[in-house]
This record gives sequence, C-alpha cells and structure tokens, in this order.
Amino acid sequence: MSKEKKTYGLVASFKETPKFFHAAEQVRDAGFKNWDCYTPFPVHGLDAAMGLSRSKVPVMTLLGGITGFTTGVLLTWYMNKVDYPLVVGGKPLWSPIFPFPIMYELTILLAAFGTLGGMFLFNLLPRHNHPVWEYEDFGKSSDDTLMIVIEKKDPQFDPEKTKAFLEDIGGENIEFIKV
Amino acid sequence: MASAASDASIANPQVLNKVKPLDMPRRELVENKRDFHWVTEKICGIVEGKTPIWWWFLFACSIFLASFTGIGLVYLVASGVGVWGLANPVNWGWAIVNFVFWIGIGHAGTLISAILCLLRQKWRTSINRAAEAMTIFAVICAGIFPVFHTGRPWFALLPGYLLPAPNSNWIWPQFRSPLEWDVFAVSTYGTVSVLFWYMGMLPDLGVLRDRAKVLWRKYFYGILAMGWRNSNRHWRNYEMAYLLLAGLSTPLVLSVHTIVSFDFAASNLPGWHTTIFPPYFVAGAIFSGFGMVLTLMLPLRAVYGLHDLITQYHIDCMCKIILATGTMVGYAYAMEFFIAWYGANPYEGFAFVNRAFGQYAWAYWIMISCNVISPQLFWFKWIRERHWLVWIICGFVNCGMWFERFVITCTSLANDFLPSSWGYYSPTIVDIFTFFGTFGLFSTLFLLFIRFLPLMPIAEIKAVMPQADAHGDHGKGEHH
Repeated sequence: MSKEKKTYGLVASFKETPKFFHAAEQVRDAGFKNWDCYTPFPVHGLDAAMGLSRSKVPVMTLLGGITGFTTGVLLTWYMNKVDYPLVVGGKPLWSPIFPFPIMYELTILLAAFGTLGGMFLFNLLPRHNHPVWEYEDFGKSSDDTLMIVIEKKDPQFDPEKTKAFLEDIGGENIEFIKV
Repeated sequence: MASAASDASIANPQVLNKVKPLDMPRRELVENKRDFHWVTEKICGIVEGKTPIWWWFLFACSIFLASFTGIGLVYLVASGVGVWGLANPVNWGWAIVNFVFWIGIGHAGTLISAILCLLRQKWRTSINRAAEAMTIFAVICAGIFPVFHTGRPWFALLPGYLLPAPNSNWIWPQFRSPLEWDVFAVSTYGTVSVLFWYMGMLPDLGVLRDRAKVLWRKYFYGILAMGWRNSNRHWRNYEMAYLLLAGLSTPLVLSVHTIVSFDFAASNLPGWHTTIFPPYFVAGAIFSGFGMVLTLMLPLRAVYGLHDLITQYHIDCMCKIILATGTMVGYAYAMEFFIAWYGANPYEGFAFVNRAFGQYAWAYWIMISCNVISPQLFWFKWIRERHWLVWIICGFVNCGMWFERFVITCTSLANDFLPSSWGYYSPTIVDIFTFFGTFGLFSTLFLLFIRFLPLMPIAEIKAVMPQADAHGDHGKGEHH
C-alpha cells in the first residue's frame, strides 16, 4: 500500500465572516465550479455568494404530500365504502369531509418524510467518508473557522495559481488536501 | 444593495430629528461578547464532561419514580381496567386527563421550533432543542394512557385494531370517530416531532463527532451524524428542509390539539359540545408547555451556567407567552360561561354552574387560580427577574392545566342529563401510581437527553451571533 497520495484540492481558512463572505464571492466571480464552503453555521446569503441555485428539497415535500393525501383518500374510501360498508346515522358511506383529519395528517406525515428524505438525497448523505476529512484541521470547520475548498478537478485549478489566488482573497493556512 | 442610499433616507426621515426617538438597541441573544469557540465548548462540554453526581442522584430518583408507572401498568394488565377508578357515570377519568395533559405539554416544543421559526423569533435558538426533546418525551408519556386504558395494550399496538391493517375479523376502523382521528394525529405528531428534532440535531452531532476522542463516541455520533460535513451545499438543502418542516409542523401542532379537543367536542354532552374547544385547547396546550419549558430550563441554566445563552431576555419572552396564552385561556373560561347562559340550553347552563359551585368546585377554583390569576403576575418585571418565583408560578401553571382537563372531563360526566345516574369520581391508588410515575419516565428520558445529546443547537446559536453576520454590521439591522 505504498500508493502515492493524490491531491484532492486546496483549503483556505477564514476567521471572520464578512472577509470569508467576500472571498466566496470572489471565488464565484473567478469562475470556479468545483469548490465548496465549509462553515460552522449556515451563513445568511452564502448561496447567492456561491452562485448556487435554489434547493430542490421542496419537490420531494410536494411529492410526499401528494402521496399522503392520495393515500388518505383511498384508505378511508376503500375501508369505509368498499370493503366494510357500515351505515352510521343514515349518512353516506364515504364523503371527503368526515375522514378529512386522516387525509390531513397523512399529507403532513408523508410530506415530512419527503422533506427529510429529500434533504438526505440531495445532500448525497449518509456518506461516512469524504476527502475533506483528510485535512487534519478540518474539525475546526464545525467550531469557529470558515473554510473554502477548491477541488483539483476544477478545470481552472492550478496548484500555484490557485494557491496564490486564495492568499490574495484573504485566506489563511492554505494547504493541499491529500487523499 | 443598490438601493442602500434610498433605504437610509426612508429609515431616517426628517421627522426623527424633531421627535428624537429613544435609542433602543436589540437585546443580545448571546451575552458577554462570547465567541464561536466558547459556544462550542460550553454546549459540547455538557455532553463530554464527567457525569456529575447530581445527575446520577436525579437519574436514580427518576427511575425509582418511573417504576411506579411500571407497577401500575403491570397490575392493570394483570387484573383488568377495573383497578382504575372508572365507574358509571364517569367512564373517562384520569387516563384521558393525563393523556391530554402530556400532549399539551409537548405543544410548546413544536411552537418554539416551528411557529417561532416561521415568525423569525431568533430568541428561540437557545431553547428549541430542549423544548423539542420535551415534546417527544411528553408524547411518549401521553401515549401510555390510551394504549393501556384498553386493558390489553397489545390490542392497541398491533396493526389491525387502532391502525388500519387487514385482520382476522375482516373489519376496518370507522373513520367517523374522533378517536380514530386521534390515532392518526398523535402518531403523526410524534413521528414528525422526532424527524424535526433529529434533523435539527444533525449538524451538532457532527460537531460532537469531530471532537470525539473515545472510540464509542466516534461511532455513536459518527453514525448519527450521517456524514454531515458543514458544506454550504448541505446547508442550502438543510435550511430549506428546516423551513419546510417548520411549515409542516405548524398546521400539524394546531391540528393535534384540535383533534384532541374533538374527542370531547364531537360528543353531545353539556360542557363538551362547544365550538370554542379547538382554539381553547391549543392555547391551553401552549400555555402549559411553556410552563414546562421554564420548569426544565431554569434549573439547567443554573446548574450548567448557561446564563449567557439563556438570558433574561429569553426568560422575559417565555413569561410573556405564558401571560398571553394564560389570558386567552381565562378568556375562554369566561366565554364558555357566557355562551352557556346566552345559548339558553338548561343542561349547558347547569353544567357550567355545577362546575363552579357543584361537587367539583374545589378543582374548578384550583384551575382558575392557577391558570388565570397566577400568570398575571408576569406583567411585572420584578417578578420575571426573580427566577425562583418564575419557577414556582410555572409549577402552578402545570398544576392548573392538569386540573383544567380534570374539570372538563369529570364534571360533565359526573352530572349529566339524569340526576338519578349522577355519581362522583375518585381515582384509585393505581391511577395515582401510574400518573405520578410518568413524571419519573419523563425525567429519566430528559436526563439521558442532556447527558448524551447536544442540549442546545450549536449551529443555530452561532448563526444569530453578531460575528455570524456576513456584512459585518453586527446585528444592528437585518435588512440586507
């Protein structure tokens, strides 16, 4: 196992949020594509600063909600009208009104599962290994340090130039992440 | 940003020079100018430090107390539901009272995590995790009563009885019953609360994993954190999902206590058959839940020295919500009386006069004094700043809300249409054991929570600190 370690990318640390935020904007403007920010908390407005589009999680929420509502309708209709019809107080066997709480709750239940599942799906989680964890100080990104990582696979990546660029925009402790 | 200049002129019109408004800075959510690292250390320290002696002491006491529920339930299952004090005409006694009481307690957790999130109340951040944990444990305690009141709990739990599933009797649930709505509402509520709680905890479990030194911790928090790595591409989906879950939990929490109130309101009994029940139950639930949040958080704040994270501002906010919801509950009590008179139904009128002056008058006046009078003390800043007083008043609130459910349930049942069938309900020792033991169960679960999981949302607290502002205006304005 004497394999040579490959470079995954370059990491730069920042201590102050405004400085980090402007640095992220500069990375975006420089046209990098394969890069990411690692922050101990969600930074307000960073999606726009990174040039990311709107999250697609709501699609999964909607799908979950529609599934839940349809399940509620079919469940109550089949059970109370088709398979076990029971006349209560001379009222219709099924109407959309009386079992509405069931449809309502199932809509919320499956929409919530869709939301959580969608969050995991679009984040490609669970994933218990990742090259960024090879950087020994990476744990600080969940404490008090904001980091920008530019990956080697980005077409613009150049070990020297990118390093100089990160220094230029105010990054500290710039290091190569080796896998 | 292009309109910054015009924004400034709107924000500072000429009239301000004349009226000279008072400069009122926003209250800081994290006091004493703490930094990010301090927050991490403080919250992770609670989990990572040595188990305190008081924790073991309280844990042993809680387990002991919880065993009373265990004994009560074993005795119930072994003997039959006759060991409870239920007898004609009161066939709904402590079990439903305790169920509604515990479900109500849970509602504050969802209010804090969902509704206050949608309303952008940033002070929710330091209390929401513990409040959500409280919700889940309260739902567990609540669930015991409907499951065990059947006498044969396996019938309640196995699919095919309460939850629809094909069974050997070839029958299905009847969805006209509010009790069947309750099955769906409460199980959805419990499940969604767990999902919301877990998702909110994901980044903080990542923090604990990154700091873990011992192998079991690395695996325990590593598996729970699901590989969370604080990437902004994760935060983007996470924040969207959090907002959506908040948006889903809000109608959910309102529906749950509404449906619980339908258990009563959809029947034809005087005192129960009223349209005011859904909003009145929801307000009462939030009222009692905030009482419980403060009951739990004030001692934790003192023991762990969390004064910079749960500030006087947080306590003020919670006290004011108790005051507001307590006043709503008081209004509902008054309105019930008014409608009972105005509706000109003699049975309805009797039910309410009987509540206040009949055989259960003692319970009614405990309810009124605890729920309507005691929260009014929170008008006074002097009282809100005496935390032991706040704590005692919250105890009254919890007690009062239990009595509210007792009054609603028992007075209407004990004295219904025919005086010849009137009766008086008293709990048995088994009822009392089972109920008081649930406080032990609740405390046991809560103690385990504070020992093994992050008590406060680390990432969310950091996000509301002035240093987290990307534009460096240190929280003076939020308009960017």
